[in-house]
Amino acid sequence: MNNRYRVVVLIILGVTLVFLVRLFHLQVLDSSYNESAENNALRRIVEHPARGLIYDRNDSLLVYNDAAYDLMVVPNEMREFDTTDLCRILDISKEELTRRIEKARKFSKMHPTLVAQQMSKSDYGYLQEKLYKFPGFFVQNRTLRHYPKPIAAHILGYVGEVNEKKLEEDEYYQLGDYIGISGIEKAYEQELRGTKGKTVVLVDVHNRVRGSYKNGEEDEPSMQGLSLWSTLDAQLQEYGEKLMHNKRGSIVAIEPATGEILCIVSMPSYDPNLLVGSARSRNYTALMQDLKQRPLFNRALMAMYPPGSTFKMATALIALQEGVITPKTTYSCGGGYNMGSHTVKCHHVGNPDLVHAITVSCNTYFCRAFYNTLSNRRRYSTIQESYQAWKDYINALGFGVKFDSDLPYELRGIIPSVEFFDNRYRKSWNANSVISMSIGQGEAGTTPLQMANFVAIIANKGYYYKPHVIKAIGTRDTPNDRYTERIDCGIDKKHFDAILDGMEQAVLTGTARIAQIPGIKVLGKTGTAQNPHGKDHSVFVSIAPKENPKIVVFCLVENGGFGSEAAAPIASLITEFYLNREVKRKELEQRILSKSTL
Amino acid sequence: MLKEVSFGGSNEFDIRLILYYLALISIGWITIFSTSYNPAAEDFFSLGNAYTRQLIFIGSSFVIAILILLLKGQYYSFLAYPIYLFCLLVMILVLFIGTEISGAHAWIKIGSFSIQPTEFCKFATALALAKFFTEGKTLQEKKNTWLVAFVIVLFPVLIIMLQKDTGSALVFSSFIFLLYRIGLTGWILVTGGAAIALFLITLYWNEVYAIALVTTIFVVFWILNRKNRRKLIRNATIYGLALVFIVVADISYNNVLQPHQKMRIDTLLGKVNDPQGADFNLNQSKIAIGSGGWIGKGYRSGTQTKLNFVPEQHTDFIFCGIGEEWGFAGSLIVCLLLSGLVLRILRLSERQRDPFTKYYGYGIAGVIFFHFFINIGMTIGLLPIIGIPLPLISYGGSSLWAFTIMIFVFIKLDYR
Repeated sequence: MNNRYRVVVLIILGVTLVFLVRLFHLQVLDSSYNESAENNALRRIVEHPARGLIYDRNDSLLVYNDAAYDLMVVPNEMREFDTTDLCRILDISKEELTRRIEKARKFSKMHPTLVAQQMSKSDYGYLQEKLYKFPGFFVQNRTLRHYPKPIAAHILGYVGEVNEKKLEEDEYYQLGDYIGISGIEKAYEQELRGTKGKTVVLVDVHNRVRGSYKNGEEDEPSMQGLSLWSTLDAQLQEYGEKLMHNKRGSIVAIEPATGEILCIVSMPSYDPNLLVGSARSRNYTALMQDLKQRPLFNRALMAMYPPGSTFKMATALIALQEGVITPKTTYSCGGGYNMGSHTVKCHHVGNPDLVHAITVSCNTYFCRAFYNTLSNRRRYSTIQESYQAWKDYINALGFGVKFDSDLPYELRGIIPSVEFFDNRYRKSWNANSVISMSIGQGEAGTTPLQMANFVAIIANKGYYYKPHVIKAIGTRDTPNDRYTERIDCGIDKKHFDAILDGMEQAVLTGTARIAQIPGIKVLGKTGTAQNPHGKDHSVFVSIAPKENPKIVVFCLVENGGFGSEAAAPIASLITEFYLNREVKRKELEQRILSKSTL
Repeated sequence: MLKEVSFGGSNEFDIRLILYYLALISIGWITIFSTSYNPAAEDFFSLGNAYTRQLIFIGSSFVIAILILLLKGQYYSFLAYPIYLFCLLVMILVLFIGTEISGAHAWIKIGSFSIQPTEFCKFATALALAKFFTEGKTLQEKKNTWLVAFVIVLFPVLIIMLQKDTGSALVFSSFIFLLYRIGLTGWILVTGGAAIALFLITLYWNEVYAIALVTTIFVVFWILNRKNRRKLIRNATIYGLALVFIVVADISYNNVLQPHQKMRIDTLLGKVNDPQGADFNLNQSKIAIGSGGWIGKGYRSGTQTKLNFVPEQHTDFIFCGIGEEWGFAGSLIVCLLLSGLVLRILRLSERQRDPFTKYYGYGIAGVIFFHFFINIGMTIGLLPIIGIPLPLISYGGSSLWAFTIMIFVFIKLDYR
């Protein structure tokens, strides 16, 4: 064979070998081209599920969804396009568009990222027609929350874009996804968010969809989130917010037999529709900065007040359980409880038994009952021991603890510990040192929710269910089983009768006569929470009807004065509205509606 | 059957060559069908479909092949120059009456079909060279052998350059295999390789580096050979030529090449990185082939080629379709078939006693190999993008006919 023939053959074999090695590398060893090919031709369109709806206890809608359109971009698929045109459609500046695209590029070059949120339907229609001019961009359908009535903003909460921390923690979320940030939206995020679906489509080099991939084999439909049924009564909530208009304060109404919250009002509030969609962050900032009204502050769960006279019933219950008083026990009251150095004043004179003491809210009676509880040296050798025992009762009654139910940002309140007083008094203290707590003043701080729950305990005669706002998940007949545990408070049922009698008398003959409702036996107790900063807070608690209670109400109106001035009428109107579905006492209603304490 | 032992060659048509041919044509049509078939569109037999047209080209190629096998083999040697001249004339004619398709003014339009005479010119040039080297006196007696051979190749190249079809013009450099086999010094291959290397260095870095490199080598040889005057002069001459080459390369790159050609070279050299722009085609081509894996995505399941990410996916970039749908297995088979075809032609050429057949064989083997080399090299990103078809596989009547003629004339010549 000729040498030159060999050289030529070798060159050909050499080139072929080089090609085969290169092909082997490209096709078999280097898998990055696979991904590139998929990113080229496959577009995974995430089908965002609609969030679950939220109904009230009577099946009327509290929260529903509305269609919205987001503009997404896949940076790697972008080609040159008319930025001016796109800016005009989106109504943003060129710099802003560039900034957003840069941000998207930083997040991922291959995955779609949000560019413009919640375009209006008309913008969407206009853009859809021109979309072929903007390769790499596409529109994704989303849903936005809407609220038929502007009520219960704090409790319903809101949704917003998921933050980076959550993005890392939970792979369900992608940049631009929505997540419940507060309220029910947050507590029931798992149920509400539903299941994302996806469709895989083939797109060609011009970014045109050319059909489904593998006949839709890999497509998955999205599943709407579960609907929730709230314990709230939308009409009652609305009425409560109306009554509290121009006032600062809170109403919490609970169905005692279940712990279901019927209405929970915190005023001032805001329209939940403000915190929806692209306007959310702007409106949120504005609400944040309203330091005078503080509309975002949920007083019902986060505001701490001295409990006031309503707390006297707790003092009495513990004294009864501890055996230091009986319902027949009387203490003489000469206008105050004298401790030598100073006196807790009382505005009446007499020799009341327990029922009467509650009816007239006698300070002396409860100071002495408290003193005797804490000074019971036959049971407790030191003040520390007896105070700890008392505090345990108080905690069991729901004060100074969190319920950790489905309510957002609930605070614990303050029931000081033994150590607190040991520190303050250098271990040398006695019942008189903390006497003002017996009548709901001094160191104790409670939230409206805790007070309402306490009233529910009284109505139930010794137990409660955690107050909560969701009663059914998925269907109306699938009860929310998270809060079905009955919690006992360690106080015997029999001790409650005198308390209930006292509350009945308070409404019939005592400080709370204004709370009477024709045809309904209402039990109640006024309170006046001392306010060092201004006019006292008006407090009222009520139970109705007396037999088989359906609703307990706690109402607090800041700077409302005596309990009977503002809180009692409001609680009474709420009760009447809930039980009768109408209010006949129009004159009282009118007076409250026009009242302003701001 | 008549035996013509005196001419050597075979006494039957080379069945292996025919099988290579049939295999490649079938693979070609299947791939064209795969990349251009649109189930939603027009009916199968519409002439608007690339695959239908290719079927017609294949059918007519068979007719041409049979005709060639029936005609007498002696005609080709006899008619070599007339065919060559006829082709040149047609080529010149194209300059005036031709149509422009994708930048090249190289087509004659007949009805709805266009013919590119360039393709046939390769065949004619192979014939002419074979004829030139076999006629009359022996090689040693001829004057200016290499110069004349060079001119025979240069004519069509010049006309093709005027048609602005650089890719096809480059193909004619493949006749270097023939010249080398006949006796052109082996230094021609080495020099060619060195020139390409120097050219790339000049473009990739810049001329200063290239000059520095050449100077360093020159100084080293100067020191080694400082006693030998003759070698010193030779080295100095080579050094001088290298410097001139660098300067010419630099100037011609900057001034002669068209912007898109420069861009293609830059892209290959990695001087631009713009996946959406300049190197879009190269990138997409690599993605299509690279996503094939071992056995590919399956017939008609190639997303990249079907969805037009790869440009010209049934002509110049048809190898992408093969790589994507049949994977490494398919690429391997096509590479082996093509190089097998070339090697088979070379092997048959070597056993010819008639030098005309032998030289002709080397000529067409070079052309086919060059197409294979450039086309696949470009789709897998080893060579700049130069638009020439993959022999027997790419869509296109002219190219298919021309390669059919080349191969079957050789089969006929081999059969004596």
